[in-house]
Amino acid sequence: MENLFIPNPKEAESIQILREVAAQFERPVLLFSGGKDSITLVRLAQKAFFPAKIPFPLLHVDTGHNFPETIEFRDNLVKELGLELIVRNVQDSIDQGKVREERGRYASRNTLQTTTLLDAIEEFKFDACIGGARRDEEKARAKERVFSVRDDFGQWDEKNQRPELFDMLNGKIHVGQNVRCFPISNWTELDVWEYIRTENIAIPSIYFAHKREVFFRDGMIWTANEHVFREAHEEVVEKMVRFRTVGDMTCTAAVLSEAVSLDDVVSEIRLSTISERGARIDDKRSEAAMETRKKVGYF
Amino acid sequence: MDIQGRKLIKIATAGSVDDGKSTLIGRLLYDTNSLTTDKIEAIERNSKQRGYDYLDFSLATDGLVAEREQGITIDVAHIYFNTDKTNFIVADTPGHVEYTRNMVTGASTSQVAVILIDARKGVIEQTYRHFFISNLLRISHVVVAINKMDLVDYSEDVFLKIKSDFDALVEKSNFHEDQITFIPVSALKGENVTRKSEHMPWYVGNTLLDHLEILEPEDLQERSVARFPVQYVIRPKTEAYHDFRGFSGKLHGHSLKVGDEVTVLPSGNKSKIKSIEFFDQKLEWVAAGASVTITLEDEVDCSRGDMIVRAGEEPKSEKAISATLCQVNSKALKVGGKYILQHGVNRVLAKVDQIESRIHTDFSGGEEADQLRLNDIGRVHFRLSKPIHFDSYETSKSNGAFILIDEGTYDTVSVGFIN
Repeated sequence: MENLFIPNPKEAESIQILREVAAQFERPVLLFSGGKDSITLVRLAQKAFFPAKIPFPLLHVDTGHNFPETIEFRDNLVKELGLELIVRNVQDSIDQGKVREERGRYASRNTLQTTTLLDAIEEFKFDACIGGARRDEEKARAKERVFSVRDDFGQWDEKNQRPELFDMLNGKIHVGQNVRCFPISNWTELDVWEYIRTENIAIPSIYFAHKREVFFRDGMIWTANEHVFREAHEEVVEKMVRFRTVGDMTCTAAVLSEAVSLDDVVSEIRLSTISERGARIDDKRSEAAMETRKKVGYF
Repeated sequence: MDIQGRKLIKIATAGSVDDGKSTLIGRLLYDTNSLTTDKIEAIERNSKQRGYDYLDFSLATDGLVAEREQGITIDVAHIYFNTDKTNFIVADTPGHVEYTRNMVTGASTSQVAVILIDARKGVIEQTYRHFFISNLLRISHVVVAINKMDLVDYSEDVFLKIKSDFDALVEKSNFHEDQITFIPVSALKGENVTRKSEHMPWYVGNTLLDHLEILEPEDLQERSVARFPVQYVIRPKTEAYHDFRGFSGKLHGHSLKVGDEVTVLPSGNKSKIKSIEFFDQKLEWVAAGASVTITLEDEVDCSRGDMIVRAGEEPKSEKAISATLCQVNSKALKVGGKYILQHGVNRVLAKVDQIESRIHTDFSGGEEADQLRLNDIGRVHFRLSKPIHFDSYETSKSNGAFILIDEGTYDTVSVGFIN
């Protein structure tokens, strides 16, 4: 059986899905957050269309509270691969009076992203938004389709989803509808990390352990800076930490870590007993937090 | 091999209401350390809130708010766990009214079906249906997990009686005996799930997890002929790749090699495989399941929806087909109805010519019908606007299945298995 190429089934499936997106839709876009999942999507898209360029742009919905390391990484990646990047800012939605900034202890711009995203979809007439969501992240996501149809308001109707049979994807939609496409639906967090290691994919530095000014609240580690609300008694300390996701600073908690290389990170994830979303403050708001946000158009 | 060098096994679980399916999956997750601290805490909190004196693992899998309120599962949920050797994907399909649709959906992407039977109830009508669907979809391997053995005093007689009732069904199916494995378990108590039960010394087989781990994806994979449906044509139009014209798609059924003589359908043009490319690698020989890009020696007409096959192994090309159909939408399928038929990545228009019968899912034959409603399975004849290039589902799963899309709503309304 010399030279027989045996595919990695999850990678092959993701590439198949990305090609379906490119073939079935007129104006797809890849939602890029600078996080490891969207970085993995970019690599898969490179593989799907090589030697041609990725046939869709990237869209970053910037909350203005991103880690600077993520933004720097994003700009480098786009330059290196010659991709088209569209950035839309939550700050603009706030300035236009479309959304109101949250106040107080748990203030975050995370939920405000939805409005900015829906506006961008309308502005560019995107009919397919490719996202890096995975079904293992959260129980409402476990029921998400690979092609998930949204109405004009971006809403997800979980009881009325199209069944997906074999690998046949039905992306037929009416004007005004759009589809959220999730090529790495079947990957786990460990799959993503293993893939990044195997493929030697560059990721933002905040995924690795570094010294950072932080404070502790509700058993979680928060970044201490001007974007994150902090009470006077909440003491700032310097710790070796890393991030497991790189969302908005106001809703992304750090974990104590000594992992400075991909090998370290992978072994840490393997042993880890806290799930990734356990470090997402936005999900702690209520048990149904994710499902509620999805219904109104969140990713 | 999967990303982490582990093998990948895809499982569909089937069971009726209250037979402990969610508990079984929760138990598998718990015992393989796949539940994280925060998830276990959430389960403890929820179990306590509801006044249970045990951990309710079913809460690990019941996802949507409506489901938690009603304590039922209403849609296919995907669950992931792994051991050192194997990555598992479980399609958990709920066991109530919309059962057929959900199980067909879950089973379509799975190699193995785990059918649960409540030891106190034995083989019931639902069991017939679960097994019928496993048979219809040609699932490679079936595990019959006889659950709640703790409630029948771990009785071997109960186990043997259920096994013999089930064997009677196997005789009516296309399965061979060695494709079916029976395991007595107690999901609640964790007996024979991942740990060998001390209460059932008469059972000498593997635990459920051990059994699932010894399955080999290669043995579960279909062996037929190579089918390469073209998804997307790659034309970089750059300086370096000025003349590059690659056909990308996912290979099914059999391997392909550089130099293979091929036929492109529907044109029937012949050529040879010039190269098989995967990102920056040039491959000589690729196994089924690979998403690759193929270039051909000759300039032949080939675009999305076309199919590349080895010369001499051409599929059937016809404008009239008959299929076993499962209706997966609440809008009924009627004679004269027009649909978009999606066969792999190819779409044609289809008209329902005749509904031959509605098939009973208990292996008792069929009856006349003028329409197929949600969850009905029937035999249907279609006329197509253009020929499709197909095999029977029996010969090739990937090239023998299709979906029907409603022309008005664009919903996926049926799945068909070509006869």
